[in-house]
Amino acid sequence: MRILPGMRNRFLRRPKGKNTAKDGTKNDGVAGGNPLVPVIRRADRYSTQDLIVEASYGIGARPARLVMTTLGTVLGIVSLVVTIGFAQTAASQIAKQFDAVSATQVVISPGTTQTQNGEAPTAQLPWDSPERVERLVGVVRAGLIAEVPSSGFTISAVPINDPSAPATISPPLIAGSAGLLEAVRGSIVTGRFFDEGHDRRGDRVAVLGVRGAERLGINRVDRQPSIFIDGLAYAVVGIIDEVQRIPDLLDAVIIPTGAARSDFALAAASEVQLQIDVGAGPLVARQAPVALDPNAPENFSVQAPSQASDLRENVQADVNIVFLVLGVIALLAGGLGIANVTMLSVMERVGEIGLRRALGATRKQIAAQFMVESIVIGLLGGLIGSALGVVAVVVVSLIQQWTPVLNPFFAIGAALLGAVVGLVAGWYPASKASRIEPISALRGT
Amino acid sequence: MSQAAMVELIDVTRSFAGPQEVQALKGVNLRVEHGDYLSIVGPSGSGKSTMLNILGLLDRPSVGEYHLGGFRTGSLSEDERAAVRASTVGFVFQSLHLLPHRPVLDNVMLPMLYSGIPRAEREARAREALDRVRLGHRVDFLPGLLSGGERQRVAVARAVVSGPRLLLADEPTGNLDSVTSSHVMELFEELHADGLTLIVITHDREVAERAPRTIRIADGRLSEVA
Repeated sequence: MRILPGMRNRFLRRPKGKNTAKDGTKNDGVAGGNPLVPVIRRADRYSTQDLIVEASYGIGARPARLVMTTLGTVLGIVSLVVTIGFAQTAASQIAKQFDAVSATQVVISPGTTQTQNGEAPTAQLPWDSPERVERLVGVVRAGLIAEVPSSGFTISAVPINDPSAPATISPPLIAGSAGLLEAVRGSIVTGRFFDEGHDRRGDRVAVLGVRGAERLGINRVDRQPSIFIDGLAYAVVGIIDEVQRIPDLLDAVIIPTGAARSDFALAAASEVQLQIDVGAGPLVARQAPVALDPNAPENFSVQAPSQASDLRENVQADVNIVFLVLGVIALLAGGLGIANVTMLSVMERVGEIGLRRALGATRKQIAAQFMVESIVIGLLGGLIGSALGVVAVVVVSLIQQWTPVLNPFFAIGAALLGAVVGLVAGWYPASKASRIEPISALRGT
Repeated sequence: MSQAAMVELIDVTRSFAGPQEVQALKGVNLRVEHGDYLSIVGPSGSGKSTMLNILGLLDRPSVGEYHLGGFRTGSLSEDERAAVRASTVGFVFQSLHLLPHRPVLDNVMLPMLYSGIPRAEREARAREALDRVRLGHRVDFLPGLLSGGERQRVAVARAVVSGPRLLLADEPTGNLDSVTSSHVMELFEELHADGLTLIVITHDREVAERAPRTIRIADGRLSEVA
């Protein structure tokens, strides 16, 4: 009769090991208790590879159930990725617009103080304010702006004063410096804006906002039309049709500050509009008042964007928190699903657990097997969920013509988060499995 | 004292707590030498399974000592007992406990995961063990597709594949017809001839009589039959 491999050896050879028992007692003078315990070469011990193979069989045994189990985590991760993906994408859209307009705008006006007669300015903007601030780093263009009080006179396109005609409301009269148009991001539809020469000489020229021009019945400037402001003839040199920062200018008649000072006794400018480079806000806000009045810079109030990125982050943070909470709730549901199914699987496989324990598996090895099963299910859900989430963000962004924005680390992290959910969910069932006694497990069925 | 016995129970009592304490084994003494083939018979509830559990290190005596291969087992930790089970004891369970979703070969390879058989040898040893029980043509089958006798033989192959020194079988022919159970008993006789120590629990007289030595157990006490 042939002997099974290895069998004869084991009969003849006494297992290696220590020669004394834990309690130090000896038995019949032969040896202690521990020599029974075999010493196994490291390479032949139950390894991580064995663990993963065994766990994967456990997972693969019931594909339909695996799909159902994974579904919870998939949904959780998808909603997390999608919500955060959309939050990032949307915030990026918003931030883009902020970047384009607000983040590059600085307005300086004289400070005000409360007096008996109401608010009064504490300082006066110098007429050469634009030149002073344009020397600063980060300032692209600057322009003065002042509203000319026009209650006592009319603005019209004809010099006739017809007492029988109904009273018409004149367009507002605004005085500006040559850099105003660029500082407020306006564009000319026809003609040109007045320049420094016009301003310095006090030339009577005017630029009309497109709606103001309509009211005055002027739509072209090539024949050098004039308008009459308080009876004084001003040559219309251009019409503007778009102003991003002060859309009210489209209703107005704009004349150089030089002319406004000489013809209408304009006393002071009301503010300086600055266009700055992105990110230069804090610097310009600090330096511009000094440039305007080194002796009393505190007398000016400055509206400047904070760090451009702050703004974006604020918006993102608000949006993200709401969606994050939703995603986490979904994920919790997914985790509970895994915990339930793993628990069910432990209960169903009591016999298998008992068998493995009888064949020599330790409690730790049993616990590890169920932990790995649960982690792999979670990771699987995380990977699928993360992938679906990214696809969803990209597809919706394409449809909406947005730029999809999603931190790649976030997508990877979401997949790993699935594994973490599996880990947490598997904890209890695994410890339960490891406590199953082989005797009770092997009894019956 | 002569050479250490394979199995030695010394005044072993096993009691179970409950509303009324139950003593499944009452001061049992048993000595089984290396290479013995022993059957234990007794009606259900007589303490057969409790004794098998203690012999297989699945349970501990409440009182008394159990020496395995000449070494006392009382001081072994839970993990050490698991390691000894893996290396020294082979089990054939009454309800077999084959993994239904794993092919026959995987089922037979399972004990070697824990017993430290060199990785490279495992598959070859499993195939050899299956050849030995004449199931070499069934290695890729799932257990559910096998007959009762074939499943029993898979369980025997699994029990001996790691090369244990002691084989414990709990009602190994319980679910089999007489022809099939005769085949299984032949297998046990072959293993015995190879030098394996066998302890078979049964309530079937015919099965018990095929062992050279039979012990009767009744109400937690042993008596020698032959």
